[in-house]
Amino acid sequence: MATNVRPRIRLDRKQAKKGDLIEVKALVSHVMESGQRKDASGKVVPRQIINKFTCTVNGKQVFSADFEPAISANPYIQFKFRAQESGPVVLTWIDDDGSKIVGEESITVS
Amino acid sequence: MTTALNRRQALTIGVGAAALAVVGESISPAFAANDYEEVIKKFTGGKSPTVGRVRIDAPEIAENGNTVPMTISVESPMTPASYVTAVLVVADENPRPGVVTFHFTPESGVAEANTRIRLASTQFLTVVARMNDGSFFSAKKEVKVTIGGCGG
Repeated sequence: MATNVRPRIRLDRKQAKKGDLIEVKALVSHVMESGQRKDASGKVVPRQIINKFTCTVNGKQVFSADFEPAISANPYIQFKFRAQESGPVVLTWIDDDGSKIVGEESITVS
Repeated sequence: MTTALNRRQALTIGVGAAALAVVGESISPAFAANDYEEVIKKFTGGKSPTVGRVRIDAPEIAENGNTVPMTISVESPMTPASYVTAVLVVADENPRPGVVTFHFTPESGVAEANTRIRLASTQFLTVVARMNDGSFFSAKKEVKVTIGGCGG
């Protein structure tokens, strides 16, 4: 399901001073099938959503979210974190079927 | 009092019970409000949250319930000594109450997050924030929905 999906990630800046707040905006393509909908023949379309989102900076988790079927298709998420040190910012979306969508950015902290 | 039933009485009771069971089943998912209070109780461990410190930014009127932008922010210094650990969002008229749970850390810097949600009809959003000291704060906001977002 979640193959060949490239998430769109934007950090409001990639260079920051220690202690600055960095805003992350991320969008990923996904149907987020709620499991409530019926197809033309009246059968319930099985649930298929991204149920977990996490963000780590330098391997340390700074933010995560548990999604329910009430999250819109192509889930968008926006949050902030405090810059501590330079390193990779890794965003991971986990599908109901266990597959992962991973996106990576990096920040430089002076 | 003896309770020996004749055949007719027994049948009546049986049919009544069966009818009740059928009605009960068909009503619960379609008309009854969902169990959002249970979800909140589970999150708070039975404590009742204090109203305040939580802000919900969502439109008063959402034209399309399929994608309603929503920002949640919680007043907190977000230091290792005092920060928001988790924020639960529930909707009381959706088929299922849960919407999203945000998990924050002191490194979040600020307890604020935005996402887009589905709302089946006009309803209240309830947001409950859990602090690291075990206290809970909440806020409620009504969103009017013109076109529902659960695919009918």
